[in-house]
Amino acid sequence: METYYHPHDLTKFADMGKGNQELWEKFMAYYGAVFADGALTEREKALIALGVAHAVQCPYCIDAYTQTCLEKGSNVEEMTEAAHVACAIRGGSSLVHGVQMRNVAEKLSM
Amino acid sequence: MGLTLLSRRDPLAAASDQLAKLAAPGACPPFGQKMAQAGYAPLYATGITVLQINVGKFCNQSCRHCHVDAGPEREEQMTRETAELCIKAFSSTDIPTLDITGGAPELNRNFRWMVEQARALGRHVMDRCNLSVLQLAPQADLAAFLARNEVEVVASLPYFRSAQTDAQRGDGVFEKSIRGLRMLNELGYGQGGSGLVLNLVHNPVGAFLPARQDAIEAQFRRELLKQHGVVFNNLYTITNMPISRFLEFLITSGNYEGYMERLANAFNPAAAAGVMCRYTLSVGWDGTLYDCDFNQMLELPLAQGAPRHIRDFDPDRLHLREIVTANHCYGCTAGAGSSCGGAVA
Repeated sequence: METYYHPHDLTKFADMGKGNQELWEKFMAYYGAVFADGALTEREKALIALGVAHAVQCPYCIDAYTQTCLEKGSNVEEMTEAAHVACAIRGGSSLVHGVQMRNVAEKLSM
Repeated sequence: MGLTLLSRRDPLAAASDQLAKLAAPGACPPFGQKMAQAGYAPLYATGITVLQINVGKFCNQSCRHCHVDAGPEREEQMTRETAELCIKAFSSTDIPTLDITGGAPELNRNFRWMVEQARALGRHVMDRCNLSVLQLAPQADLAAFLARNEVEVVASLPYFRSAQTDAQRGDGVFEKSIRGLRMLNELGYGQGGSGLVLNLVHNPVGAFLPARQDAIEAQFRRELLKQHGVVFNNLYTITNMPISRFLEFLITSGNYEGYMERLANAFNPAAAAGVMCRYTLSVGWDGTLYDCDFNQMLELPLAQGAPRHIRDFDPDRLHLREIVTANHCYGCTAGAGSSCGGAVA
C-alpha cells in the first residue's frame, strides 16, 4: 500500500544536499556538533533525541534514535522513560492551556 | 532437544550454509572490495603476539549469540596429544600471550595443564571465562587455581542488568555471573595492586553495534559497584559476528539484511588496519590453524602455502601470512572495530 513514509527514505536524507549543498553541510556540521560529548554525554543526548522524536512523532527519528540509544548503551527501560517524558510534556502542554480556558470562561461567566 | 544448531539439525550448523548466506549478493558489498578501496587487500599478518587456542565446543551454557554453537551436548574437545603439540609450538617461540577459549575452556581436562605449562615458560595466559563455570561443583577450586597462576580472566557479561544478560545467555546467568565476579574479587581480581586482572566483555544484546568502549565501561563500573559491589579492570566491547547462532537470530528475527547493511555502512579503515587476525594465530580443538576464532567456526583454513596444522607449526611461514577474509569480517571493522581485546580504533 502506498504511504507517505517509507523506512528506506531515511537513507536518502543526504539527498537534501542536492538542492543546496552549502546549507546541508552547515546543518550536518551543526548536527554533528550538537550530538558530540559535551556537558551532556552522547548517550544522554540520544535519550533526549528519542524523547523529542516521540514528541514530534517523527517515524524516521524514532527508528534512528532507538538504534542509536541501544548503540550508546541505553536499555529499553531508560528509553521507555524518555518516551514517557515526551508524553508528559505533550500532555502537560495541553493541560496547561486549560488555564487559558479557565481565564476565558471566568471572564465570560457571571 | 538441545539448543545448539547441531543438535537441532539446523542447516546453519554447517559452515558451508553460513558462508553461502554471507556471500549471497544484496545485503552488503563484498568485504574484499571494501578492503581494496581502503588499501588493505590482500590483508597480511604483522607477526604473532597471541596464540589463541580453542580447546573445544563443550560448554555449560547455550548462549543465543554464540559464534561457536557451543553447548552441553557438544563433544568436540582438544586431546592431550594436541594440547602437547600446542605447548611445544608455543614454547618454540617468544609469543608473549596464550589465550585459551572454547566453549567453556576450563571444562577441558587439559586446561589446567596448559595454563601451568605456559606460566612455567613465563608467558601471559588469558582465560575466556563464562563466570558460571566457577560455580560448578567439580570446579570449586577453579577461581583459586586461576589466581595462583595469575591468569588474566576475560569474563563475558553483556550488560549490567539481568533482563538483557539473561535474554542472551540464559535464565539465571546474570545472577551466577555476579556470584562469579564476587568470587574473583574476593581473591583480589580487579582490585588495584593485586596484579590479578579481571576484564569484562560486553556484546550488544541484539542486532546493533556496541556502545563506545570508554562510555559503556564507565556505565558498567558505576552500576556494578553500586548495585553489586563488583569491581573490574577494563571492559572490552565486541561486535556480534553474523555467524552461527547469532546469524540464526538475525535471519529468524528479520534483521539479517539491516544488520549487514549497518556493519558495511560503518566500515572503518582504521579498524581494518588493527584487526586481531593480523597479530593472532588461532588453533582449533583438533589442531587445525586459522586466522581467527571466527574463521575457525566457518572452517576457513589458512591461505594456500601456510602450514595448516599445529604439528606443522612454522613461525617463519605464519608471521606474515595472507589473511583469509569473507563478509563476516565486517563485524570486526565496523565503527570502532572489534577484537578479542575490544575496540581497535
